[in-house]
Amino acid sequence: MENHVQMLTETALRISGVNPQKCMKCGKCSGTCPSYDAMEYHPHQFVAMVEKGQIEKLMESDSIYMCLSCMACVERCPRGVEPGKLVEAVRLMKIRQQDQNRKNGNDIAAFADENVPQQLLMAAMRKYRK
Amino acid sequence: MSVSNPNWKPKIVAFCCNWCSYAGADLAGSGRMAYPADVKIIRVPCSCRVNPLFILRAFERGADGVIMCGCHPGDCHYTSGNYFARRRMTMLFSMLDYLGIERGRTRVEWVSAAEGAKFSKTMNEFVKTIYDLGENRKLGDLRCKK
Amino acid sequence: MQKIGVFVCWCGSNIAGTVDVEAVSEAMKSVPGVVYSANYQYMCSAAGQKLIADAIHEHHLDGIVVASCSPRMHENTFRKTAEAAGLNPYMVEIANIREQCSWIHKDKEEGTAKAIVLARTAVAKLLHNKPLQAGTSAVTKRALVIGGGIAGIQTALDVADAGYEVDIVEQRPTIGGRMAQLDKTFPTLDCSACILTPKMVEASQNEKINIISYAKVEKVDGFVGNFKATIRKKARFVDETKCTGCSLCMSKCPSKKGKDEFNMEMNNRPAIYIPFAQAIPNVAVIDPEQCLKLKTGKCGLCEKVCTAGAINYKQQDELIEREYGAIVVATGFKPIDPSPLNEYGYADNADVITSLELERLMNAAGPTKGTLLRPSDLQHPHEIVFIQCVGSRCDENTKRGKPYCSKICCMYTAKHAMLIRDKYPDTKVHVFYIDVRTPGKNFDEFYRRAVEQYGVDYIKGMVGKVAKEGDKLMVRGSDLINNQQVEIAADLVVLATAIEPDPTARSIGTMLTASMDTNDFFTEAHAKLRPVESPTAGIFLSGVAQGPKDVPETVAQASAAAAKVIGLLAKDHLVTNPCVAYSNELLCNGCSQCEKVCPYGAITYIEKEVRGPGVREVRRIAQVNPAVCQGCGACTVTCPSGAMDLKGFANKQIMAEVDAICL
Repeated sequence: MENHVQMLTETALRISGVNPQKCMKCGKCSGTCPSYDAMEYHPHQFVAMVEKGQIEKLMESDSIYMCLSCMACVERCPRGVEPGKLVEAVRLMKIRQQDQNRKNGNDIAAFADENVPQQLLMAAMRKYRK
Repeated sequence: MSVSNPNWKPKIVAFCCNWCSYAGADLAGSGRMAYPADVKIIRVPCSCRVNPLFILRAFERGADGVIMCGCHPGDCHYTSGNYFARRRMTMLFSMLDYLGIERGRTRVEWVSAAEGAKFSKTMNEFVKTIYDLGENRKLGDLRCKK
Repeated sequence: MQKIGVFVCWCGSNIAGTVDVEAVSEAMKSVPGVVYSANYQYMCSAAGQKLIADAIHEHHLDGIVVASCSPRMHENTFRKTAEAAGLNPYMVEIANIREQCSWIHKDKEEGTAKAIVLARTAVAKLLHNKPLQAGTSAVTKRALVIGGGIAGIQTALDVADAGYEVDIVEQRPTIGGRMAQLDKTFPTLDCSACILTPKMVEASQNEKINIISYAKVEKVDGFVGNFKATIRKKARFVDETKCTGCSLCMSKCPSKKGKDEFNMEMNNRPAIYIPFAQAIPNVAVIDPEQCLKLKTGKCGLCEKVCTAGAINYKQQDELIEREYGAIVVATGFKPIDPSPLNEYGYADNADVITSLELERLMNAAGPTKGTLLRPSDLQHPHEIVFIQCVGSRCDENTKRGKPYCSKICCMYTAKHAMLIRDKYPDTKVHVFYIDVRTPGKNFDEFYRRAVEQYGVDYIKGMVGKVAKEGDKLMVRGSDLINNQQVEIAADLVVLATAIEPDPTARSIGTMLTASMDTNDFFTEAHAKLRPVESPTAGIFLSGVAQGPKDVPETVAQASAAAAKVIGLLAKDHLVTNPCVAYSNELLCNGCSQCEKVCPYGAITYIEKEVRGPGVREVRRIAQVNPAVCQGCGACTVTCPSGAMDLKGFANKQIMAEVDAICL
């Protein structure tokens, strides 16, 4: 079990290239996040939870799909921790498991109407066409 | 040559000026920022005190690498010493390269008294380069012997 | 053959932990020249030094090697030990087996092997050492203080109090510095001006203190005890001796577009101005960029109204050359410009201000006469957000600010919040913080008062975005304790911007050859034990020039620097460094190369009769003035004939070290 947790943590860190120990727990990422209210776990919690090895909780949470990948948290983090990359990494870990992607890339067009911002479509493509 | 001697440990001479780099090395020490024991430091008052002859001598005696550290340009304790040193080393290193001492075996780095981490990082890099290059050939002393 | 003793220090477990000291001292016994070798727990202790002294007597040692900590730490200690035992102090060499060995290596075998090489190298060098005699040089009994803020003023007052002359060189038209801009000071809430201006007056009235304002130090030559500085006193276009400070000229000046620097450029001032009412010297200055007379030749109103006849449009910069024994750097700080951190919207919104700007907005002499009004529409703000750590505590690679904590922001924000809540109880105050750092006497109590007594709303979390919406500023940030994102519609946003050294600090550091860190703060000679001295002898550090500090700390350090200056100026003579260059006259060919590279002008050429084996003739040869030479060694390498050498770091000595390392 210990090994499994360690392996997951290492994978998340390797994919993201993030060092959570650089975090000074200022909460700027969560203060800046436009999807904050939609997320069960907030950007700063991703950093803290990965550091503590709680990757599975994150993988099971909808939060990984609620992130818009706007990367504002990456841009503004004063310590260069880049929480957005961690969110992406955890999501990748989830969808790399067979048939675990939440939606299919081919379905995205069905969601599009004139009210959907271009940015959202782009972000959706990035997420689901893996 | 490195193949022939598996126990080979490089001999690396570091010239450090008293005001910046030697203090930087001390800071690396008090901050416990490790670097390989192959590096041995010689303290000089200023990088401009490093006579090219010292470096030739080191290679004559079997050194595998020589690194010279001084204050950052503009910050020399003696105003201009590191500029002299920089020019001398540029000339010397290209000549050594011609003589068969690869460029990787010689290096100049500016390390201030506050840059313990940089000192340690530089030495780690330099030692790695020397390990990659392997054992050095000795320069011969061709002066007329009595 | 010389008789050398080697003394290996354990430094408790600092060295002995990773170096087998017994093995090192044993190995040294077989090194040529070594007749005695010992190890001891603490060589620098009284017992350790006695061990050395006894060995010198008993074994008639000619020189000693101490394998211990860095020579920067205890070289002097052991030189004194040797001298007291009758040995020339320059027959001591230190092998640095702590900072450069035991502390950086974990493997004991490796550490021991390296320590043996380092000790062996020191012995090799020592075999070529020669006894040296230190000379003396005179001390100019006057100090130069660069910067006239509270740090510079305090240092100057203390030095003057001991009876020595002090010159304060201040770049702005008045002394007072940043403290003069503050409204109140924490944690007592004294009025800043009320406690600073008496000190400014005291400095101006002290006959030992000479204030050179609106000036900068342009050049410094020389060395400890004997500095020579060139000071450029900029033209004020007003005769300082005649101006009475009546300020009539200010009210008549038709040009009113100059930015009032004292009020953080939040309002305009005339082209001729006195920075603030209590300025010292209380003398007007003309801003040549704004003055119509100086720019177009037409106007001259101030000259007409000045009853003292003080205006002089033809005034020129003045160069002052003076000699000093000691120089104090008190160059202070400035807040960073938060514009590049665009999420705070500082550049785009007038109502996003820095704390120093707020300080002026709350001051009775400020642009709003002390009534707190927001800059955009001069309305009273009812909801104020303070944001901490703006540009402080950043990772250097992010380029988002300074890596250090600016130290003063937590306290001044608590002060601002408290003062606003006290004066305007209808105003809500929120503070976004990462940590509240209050280590100081009565500091935490002060912060708790802000929360408990004044109801300031502290929110643990950072602000992500400040955006203008109508006449409000929407501040969105995280509240980490409540685990929610909050949005506050604020009327005024105050940024606790990081502080950085004054922009002139770097060039002054270069001029004085005083070392600085990567943030342009001056480095101290020893972080703990010599905190007010620069590693460059004769240069002392006062105030924020050395690192972020509040007022009480600055004053304490300023007085400490003064004590060091007084200690230096009290001496009639200084012992000079005997490790200077010398020329072998038999080898010197008189080429003048050494003279050209010497940064101190220590080398001159003389005609001298040279006598040697088979030589007896008058030649032109180099001569080094040992009182001026600082021992850098530039000449020794330049000399084509190998005539120049450096005592203490001679060619033979360094060659021997190279040989010993490469053995």
